[in-house]
Amino acid sequence: MAEVQYRFRDDEPVSDPGVTVDAFGEQTNAAAVRLEPGDDARDLLPHLERLRLVEVNFPVFGDGRGYSSARILREAGYSGELRAVGQVLVDQIALMRRCGFDAFAPDQPLEPTDAEAAFARWADVYQPTTDGRAPIWAKRHG
Amino acid sequence: MYRYDQYDQAMVDTRVEEFRDQVRRRLEGHLPEEAFRPLRLMNGLYLQLHAYMLRVAVPYGTLNSAQMQVLGDIADKYDRGYGHFTTRQNIQYNWIKLEDAPDILADLATVEMHAFQTSGNCIRNTTSDQYAGAAADEVVDPRPYAELIRQWSTVHPEFNFLPRKFKMAVIASDTDRAAMRLHDIGIQIVKNESGELGAALYAGGGMGRTPMIAPCINPFVPIGQMITYAEACLRVYNRHGRRDNKYKARIKILVHELGKDEYTRQVEAEFAHLLTQNIEPPAAELERIKTFFADPPFETGIPDELDRSDPAFARWVDTNCLTHKQPGYIAVTISLKPVGGIPGDASADQIRLMGDLAKQYSFDELRVTHAQNIVLPHVKKADLYALWQVLEANGLGTPNLDLIGDIIACPGLDYCSLANARSIPVAQKISERLAPREAEIGELKLKISGCINACGHHHAGHIGILGVDRKGVENYQLLLGGCEGADTSLGQITGPGFDEDGIVGAVEKATEVYLANKQGEERFLDTYRRIGMAPFKEALYG
Amino acid sequence: MKILTGNDLKTGAVTWWDGVQWSLHVEDAVDVGEHADTILAREEAARRVNSAYAIDAVKDETGVRPAHIKDRIRALGPTVRPDLTLKPADPEAGNWVI
Repeated sequence: MAEVQYRFRDDEPVSDPGVTVDAFGEQTNAAAVRLEPGDDARDLLPHLERLRLVEVNFPVFGDGRGYSSARILREAGYSGELRAVGQVLVDQIALMRRCGFDAFAPDQPLEPTDAEAAFARWADVYQPTTDGRAPIWAKRHG
Repeated sequence: MYRYDQYDQAMVDTRVEEFRDQVRRRLEGHLPEEAFRPLRLMNGLYLQLHAYMLRVAVPYGTLNSAQMQVLGDIADKYDRGYGHFTTRQNIQYNWIKLEDAPDILADLATVEMHAFQTSGNCIRNTTSDQYAGAAADEVVDPRPYAELIRQWSTVHPEFNFLPRKFKMAVIASDTDRAAMRLHDIGIQIVKNESGELGAALYAGGGMGRTPMIAPCINPFVPIGQMITYAEACLRVYNRHGRRDNKYKARIKILVHELGKDEYTRQVEAEFAHLLTQNIEPPAAELERIKTFFADPPFETGIPDELDRSDPAFARWVDTNCLTHKQPGYIAVTISLKPVGGIPGDASADQIRLMGDLAKQYSFDELRVTHAQNIVLPHVKKADLYALWQVLEANGLGTPNLDLIGDIIACPGLDYCSLANARSIPVAQKISERLAPREAEIGELKLKISGCINACGHHHAGHIGILGVDRKGVENYQLLLGGCEGADTSLGQITGPGFDEDGIVGAVEKATEVYLANKQGEERFLDTYRRIGMAPFKEALYG
Repeated sequence: MKILTGNDLKTGAVTWWDGVQWSLHVEDAVDVGEHADTILAREEAARRVNSAYAIDAVKDETGVRPAHIKDRIRALGPTVRPDLTLKPADPEAGNWVI
């Protein structure tokens, strides 16, 4: 399992690796799950109470289903750790942050200077998400 | 037209710096091509046959003279003195250096332009009706809605790695001049019986190797929920569109495989959920945008007549000008299809000149059309003759709008690394052969693609030509009966293909079949629809 | 013969492997035999070329002629703009493509 390189939360990290969605449904004490691109994030919604870590896997960086998975979980009120794992590239992490990811464990560690620049790059955004940032239209109309 | 505020400007400025940094990392070896490729594509930069190509976004096809000035200057400074206007209402340059690309984006940003998402598997530049704001038949000006979509789709965090590219078009009249139903999502702004505005949503259209006409999935989404509905359409597509085969990854395949009803059901469920998320811009934002699209200060009580005593001028007026909603004004199409020329190409000087003319004669506004021409939307009739004389003197006065010489052609194998055959030489030969008979042949939309990806819209041509590779030799298939617009139809292949000279002869024969069978005022398409394929096949292969 | 072509990383210009470096002229292309993959991997890694690939070609009286029309157009330039090709003064240059 790749190291968590960035984590934007203060609670104690879950040390268990995420189990598959199928196993999660059967193991009623599991607190960590790993979502593959083809998994339906909505299958987890009945179990949000006991979830503390969701790893969303990006086996290839060009498969963008994980962005939707992340937003669906956050929109449903999931407040545990949402960790992007797999082929996570430095030019994607700002978008992932906006979709609700708050931890990053890329297969290939990111160059820190580039990653910090990427996280800080977009001062304003056009779209509201659950990340709490006011979109540009909200700023325009106070 | 829309003007940026500090937020819009900051978005494009930030993008320039982001891309500058990405290019630097690529050149210094920190970013491999595999990871850089989608980034450069999302900034409009392709690697084509001879060089990098930069596609600049022209949102809903609207430009002003300052922007044309910069577009012309970019052609001189960074390219080889010309640009190519595309079927997506954009402009592209064919000879760009990677190391210059960030500077070009910076130049564009000085006139509120960019290349955001003009390629890549993301939401592309939104297109619209080239006569928006001028056409007599529109319910409203569709461009404020297109601008709302532009902002929503720009760096949308969820939709940058879709299964495939995603194209949207917005119109607001029953006459569809933007091929709306051949887009991934087409939107027609409509009024219901109570006079309220809404968006009729069409999903799953497209050309390419599997052409599909988009079905209507919702005839009336209240205008204050349009963005939320679009987000629902995109999310269902992002989650469930096929990713196992790039040729089956467009939304049209998803809509087709699920069926329109099931896709719509999923969208409606996602829409119901997203309505709880308050993602829709407020009405005040739409009103703010609308103020930029208010009518220009038209003069009233001015003469509505034209002096048609110059027959060449009268002919150009009849072919290239459209009735304007405002008496005393007219909408002008500048043909970028001189006889034997390269469809859609314009020199740097022509680009700047068209900008100057827009400033002088059209309230500083121009439009790019999906047929690769330029529109001056609001010309005073009293100025029309003077304008025409300047156009004539600069190779921009060809009177052939919607005639057989007004050919849509993709760049083809002369420029494009995806192409299988050249498109432009075929267009040139047909234009030269048939331009003398244009008036007799009448309205005939001829569209040429150099490969199955159909950038030249061959499926939607009254006559379409598709270039293929037959054992290393260029070969051209002929299609008849395609049409965009309210009565959208897809062209049918006539039979075996032709070589380059053969296809020119085949097109000529098809026009002869039409002229021999034409009844009354029928256009080519009308005659084809009435008599069917058989007489054409007989003439071509009999 | 097998020859290598690609684009210059910085400028995008079409280039051909001449045995030592990348040339703008297809006439300079050399037969790489079985070594295509090795050379391509090394040159891509050194960022001297972008999106390079091996193609079939023949050597005839006109020089090196790529087997496929696409690569012949790459070698010459756009046939519809002879002024922008590598042989702007040769009115017959376009015929070589076909």
